[in-house]
Amino acid sequence: MTSSNWQPTASIDTLKQRAKIIAQIRQFFADRNVTEVETPQLALHGVSDPYLVSFKSRYVGPESAEGRDLYLQTSPEYAMKRLLCAGSGCIYQLAKAYRNEEGGRLHNPEFTMLEWYRIGFDHFALMDEMAELLQGVLGCDEPERMSYQKAFMRYLNCDPLAESLESIRQRVMDLGVADYAAEETDKDALLQLLFNFCIEPEIGQQQPCFIYHFPASQAALAKIHSVDPRVAERFEVYFKGIELANGFHELADAHEQAERFAADNAKRLALGVEMMQPDQNLLSALEHGLPDCAGVALGIDRLIMQALGKTQLQDVMAFTVKNG
Amino acid sequence: MANFSTNEFKGGLKIMLDGEPCNILENEYVKPGKGQAFNRVRLRKLISGKVLEKTFKSGDTVEGADVLDTTLSYLYTDGEFWHFMNNDTFEQIAADSAAVGDNVKWLVENDECTITLWNGSPITVTPPNFVELEITETDPGLKGDTAGTGGKPATLSTGAVVRVPLFVQTGEVIRVDTRSGEYVSRAQK
Repeated sequence: MTSSNWQPTASIDTLKQRAKIIAQIRQFFADRNVTEVETPQLALHGVSDPYLVSFKSRYVGPESAEGRDLYLQTSPEYAMKRLLCAGSGCIYQLAKAYRNEEGGRLHNPEFTMLEWYRIGFDHFALMDEMAELLQGVLGCDEPERMSYQKAFMRYLNCDPLAESLESIRQRVMDLGVADYAAEETDKDALLQLLFNFCIEPEIGQQQPCFIYHFPASQAALAKIHSVDPRVAERFEVYFKGIELANGFHELADAHEQAERFAADNAKRLALGVEMMQPDQNLLSALEHGLPDCAGVALGIDRLIMQALGKTQLQDVMAFTVKNG
Repeated sequence: MANFSTNEFKGGLKIMLDGEPCNILENEYVKPGKGQAFNRVRLRKLISGKVLEKTFKSGDTVEGADVLDTTLSYLYTDGEFWHFMNNDTFEQIAADSAAVGDNVKWLVENDECTITLWNGSPITVTPPNFVELEITETDPGLKGDTAGTGGKPATLSTGAVVRVPLFVQTGEVIRVDTRSGEYVSRAQK
């Protein structure tokens, strides 16, 4: 039986355009003296974020006769931070990232990520640089900027930092889209539903939109704001309803990082998912000292999809999980 | 009936929602870079026909609906029920007016219809895409008129009313698209 399943899901012409955009991105960083690096995709630790699922693999070989678990990286952030601590200076990486349990129109379990770090930048300076990159690749106007709180105030007349869990839950119930909200006790999960249904469709329609200063409970690896501890120095980028990137003014405090690992594991336990050993190498590196820096991860397949006016990831990827 | 996790969701899957069987039309997986994943699902309730959007937390499971499409020939109506037969097994099934609904006007004896069964009982009757019916009443067309002037209403043998070109007359058999309720052509003799 013949099948056309062997064919690439993107056209050859699209793949040529994709290669040009990748070259343009490399030139962008070459012009700014940012060094390209490569770090392991198979590593001893996986991400601690309770909502990310790492692929686990098993290494057997010299000095590992019994075998040991290695995790395909969901992003190269831990290793890149170790390079920064070791004195690499500004760095970027264009590499595959892997996330299990993610698939669909805008997801593939294996995708290309651009991650870069700028020493001496805070999240605002990095947004400036990212705006230049986006304008160059997407041919769009200067991106908009809005704080997370302001976005909620503008589109929902709701203060996400002040409103109670019950009040936020009631708003989700009133929307009538997610019955499970009735039993949801995680305020961030409820805020995410409001964001997805009521804010994402409104922002970044003409040009990309930066949303910054997420609630401190959603800090991930970002610093907590020094003046307003209710928020974290974290930003995301949205364009035409699609999340493109996530950036931080990077947390440098080893002690606080260890606490966040512990908090993530407590949540993993509550959710009934596998706990993740804290990455001691990252903690040791942070103790040695991370220079003040900001970093961001950008989904390259989504960016190229939007640059070329496509509507699904498979239109810009040679092969996907469906026929890889 | 089996339960389905959100990972098994796809267009065409039949699940139970609020006690009513539903057909999934579209399923979009949404995973914020940071935070809990969910599925935004568009579904059609199979009894009321209502289309709605629901959000499921990824990983949740829902009860499947025992829904089956069968192809059966329309036999006759006794006024209360519409009777259909499986041409292979000669098994007969009766559908009530709620299942037949507005499609009663497209039921032609011996035509093969799609009957959707839920737990073995008919919940919807879908006629073939095209049916042939005789015109029982329409105004005579004016001499010299041809197609393309908007046509005229014609009543068919089942009571259905469709717009037909002016040259088509009472007693003729025409072909109608049941999805749009539009005239297609005169029937081939």
